Amino acid sequence: MNMSDELEAELREQVRKLCKRYPEDYWQEHDRARTYPEEFVNELTDAGYLACLIPETYGGSGLGMREAAAILEEINRSGGSAAGCHAQMYTMGTLLRHGSDEQKERWLPQIASGALRLQAFAVTEPDAGSDTTSISTFAERDGDRYIVTGKKTFISRVQQSDLMVLLARTTPREKVTKRTAGLSVFVVDLRDAGDAVRVQSVETMINHETNEVFFDGLEVPAENRIGEEGEGFAYILSGMNAERILLASESIGDALFFIDRCQIYANERIVFDRPIGQNQGVQFPIAEAYIRTKAATAMRDQAVALYDGGEPCGPAANMCKLLASEAAWEAANVAMDTFGGYGMAVEFGVERKFREARLYLVAPVANNLILSYVGQHLLDLPRSF
Amino acid sequence: MRVIVCLKRVPDTGTSIRIDISGSAIDFEGVKYIISPYDEYAIELGLRQRDASDDGELALVTLDDMSAQETLRKGLAMGADSAVLLTGDFDMDGLRTAKALAKEVESAEAELILFGIKAVDDDQQQVGPMVAALIGRPCVTGVLSFEILDGRAICCREVDSTTEVVEVDLPAVLTIAKGPHEPRLATLKNIMASKRKPLEVKAAALTESRVCVRGLFKPVSRPPGRIVGEGPDAVPELLRVLREEAKVI
Ligand SMILES: Cc1cc2nc3c(=O)[nH]c(=O)nc-3n(C[C@H](O)[C@H](O)[C@H](O)COP(=O)(O)OP(=O)(O)OC[C@H]3O[C@@H](n4cnc5c(N)ncnc54)[C@H](O)[C@@H]3O)c2cc1C
Repeated sequence: MNMSDELEAELREQVRKLCKRYPEDYWQEHDRARTYPEEFVNELTDAGYLACLIPETYGGSGLGMREAAAILEEINRSGGSAAGCHAQMYTMGTLLRHGSDEQKERWLPQIASGALRLQAFAVTEPDAGSDTTSISTFAERDGDRYIVTGKKTFISRVQQSDLMVLLARTTPREKVTKRTAGLSVFVVDLRDAGDAVRVQSVETMINHETNEVFFDGLEVPAENRIGEEGEGFAYILSGMNAERILLASESIGDALFFIDRCQIYANERIVFDRPIGQNQGVQFPIAEAYIRTKAATAMRDQAVALYDGGEPCGPAANMCKLLASEAAWEAANVAMDTFGGYGMAVEFGVERKFREARLYLVAPVANNLILSYVGQHLLDLPRSF
Repeated sequence: MRVIVCLKRVPDTGTSIRIDISGSAIDFEGVKYIISPYDEYAIELGLRQRDASDDGELALVTLDDMSAQETLRKGLAMGADSAVLLTGDFDMDGLRTAKALAKEVESAEAELILFGIKAVDDDQQQVGPMVAALIGRPCVTGVLSFEILDGRAICCREVDSTTEVVEVDLPAVLTIAKGPHEPRLATLKNIMASKRKPLEVKAAALTESRVCVRGLFKPVSRPPGRIVGEGPDAVPELLRVLREEAKVI
C-alpha cells in the first residue's frame, strides 16, 4: 500500500466508525418525522470530512476527489444518507475555481469550519429542468447590485443553508447568440435575504428537504457575482463533474448496502429447509447486482483518477453516474425481492433505502441526458435537441 | 503534564475467532485489529488532561510486532502527540510485558500513566497494576474519570454501584474503565497529521516467558431449544422442566 491507499483505507474505517453511532433507528426516526439529521451532519462537520476538498490555506484538508468519494460511499453503505450534507463538500467548488481571492477569503474558511453552510445550488426551474439554459430567473444589474426575480424548484437544503449558489440569466435568451451565454453565477446570502426570498417545501417520497424558491426583487451585491458576467454556465459545468462523481459514489454505497444486507439475509432466511440464497433464482440476481456495482466502481475510480490528475473527466464522470445509479437501483430491487415481504417492512430499512436510491436516476441529471451526451459527444451521433 | 497511555491492539470485537492448528493460539490470518476499547477510554481521558495544561503532551506506548504501527497511528489520529512501538512477542506472561513497558515508562518521566482496565482479548487485567509496582508508583484501577489538583489525581471509581473517590500522588498509574467520557472520533485533520507524527520503533527489553497457553477450546454448542407445549396447558410441564431439569426454580 502506498500513502494514498493507506489514507483512503484509514478514512473509510474512521467514517464507518462514525456512522456506527447513527444506526438504522436514527435514520428511520428522521425519515418518519421528515426531520434533518442534524446530529449526524454536525458530527461529520466537526470531524472535518465535509471540508476535505477545501485547500488547507482556507482551513480545509486539501484532499482530492478520491478521498471525498470514499467518505460519501461509506456513509451510504453504512445505511445512512449523505444527501443531507454532500453539497457542503462540493458546492463551494464554483467559488474555489472561479471566485476572486477576496471572495474565497471571505467565505471559504467559514465554510470549512462549518460556521457557514453553503449547500444549496439553485439551477432547476419549473420550465427548465434538463434544459438548463432555458432558465428565466433574471438578475438585472442596477449600479453595484443585481435585482433577482424568478422562481426555482427542487432546490435542496435551502432551509439548512446560509449561502446559496444561484444560476440566473443576466442577458435574456433571445438576445444571446449561444444559449449557454448570458448566464451568471451568484453567491446569495440567505441570512439577509428577508422577504425577497420565499421558500416553500416540496414534499417528496424521501426525507430530503427540497424547495420551491421565489425571488421577488432580491438584491445581490455585485461583489457576490462569481467570475465574469454572462460566463456562468461554464463555471457550473466545471463543478458538475465533481457532483456526478460524488453522487455516483453515494449510489455505489447504496448498492453495497443492499448487497451486504442481501448477503446476510439470503444466508440466514430458511425456506423449504434451506437458506434462500441456495436457490439460484435468489443468488444470481445478487451476484449480478454485485458485478454491476463493481463495474460502476471501476468507472468511478477512473473518473476520480482523471479528476485528481487534472485531466478532462466529463465522459467518465457522466458514465459513472449512469452506471452507479443503475447499479444501485438494480441492487435495490434485488434486495426487495430477496427480502420478500420483509422488504416492505419499515423496520428492516430496505424500503427506506429503496426510496432513496431511486432519486439518482433523475438527479442531479436525468440519465437520458447522459445518454444523449455520450451519443452526441463521444459517438458523433446527430444532436437530438 | 506528560501523559503516557499504554495500549494494546486486539482483534476487532466483531471478528469471529478461529483457533489455529496448534490448538493453543488464535489464527490471526485476516483478522482486523482495533485499539482495545478500554484503552480508547484511557486515551480520551489522557487527551483531556493534556489539553487542560499548557505544555501537555500525550505519548502512546505499545509492545507488539511491526504491524502494530497501524494501530498506533489510529491513536495518533485520535490526537496523541507521539508513539513508541516496543517490538517483541508478548504472551500471557503479564509480568514480562509489564517489565518491558515499565522500562519505557520510567525513562519517559510521565506524571500520568494510563491503561485500559483490561484488554478485551485476554481479559487478564494484570499489566497496569504490575507496571505501577515495578516503577514504585501508586495505582488506582477501574477509574471512570479523574481530575488533577495540586499534583494529585482525584479519581472516581465504581464499587458495587457506589462511587468511590480516591486520591493519589502523581506520578501515578490509573487503569481506566468505561466512564462518562466517550472516546472521541478521529478528525480528518488528525487522521492526516497522524501520518507525520513521530512514531519511534525500538526493541523491547524482554525477559524469558514463564507462562504458556496449553490449549484453547471453543464453547460447546448448546443443544437446540425445546418447545414443551402450547398455551396454558403447557404450564405444568414447563414448571416441571424448569424445576427438575434446569433447576432454576
Ligand atoms: C429530490 C430532488 C432534489 C433536487 N435537488 C436539486 C437542487 O438542489 N438544485 C437543482 O438545481 N435541482 C435539483 N433537482 C432537480 C433535478 O436536477 C431535475 O429534476 C433533473 O435535472 C431533471 O429535470 P426535470 O425534473 O425538470 O425533468 P425533465 O427535464 O422535465 O425531464 C423529464 C423526463 O424526460 C426526459 N427527457 C427530457 N428531455 C429529453 C431529451 N431531449 N431526450 C431524452 N429524454 C429527455 C428526462 O430524462 C426525464 O426522464 C432535484 C430534484 C429532486 C427530485
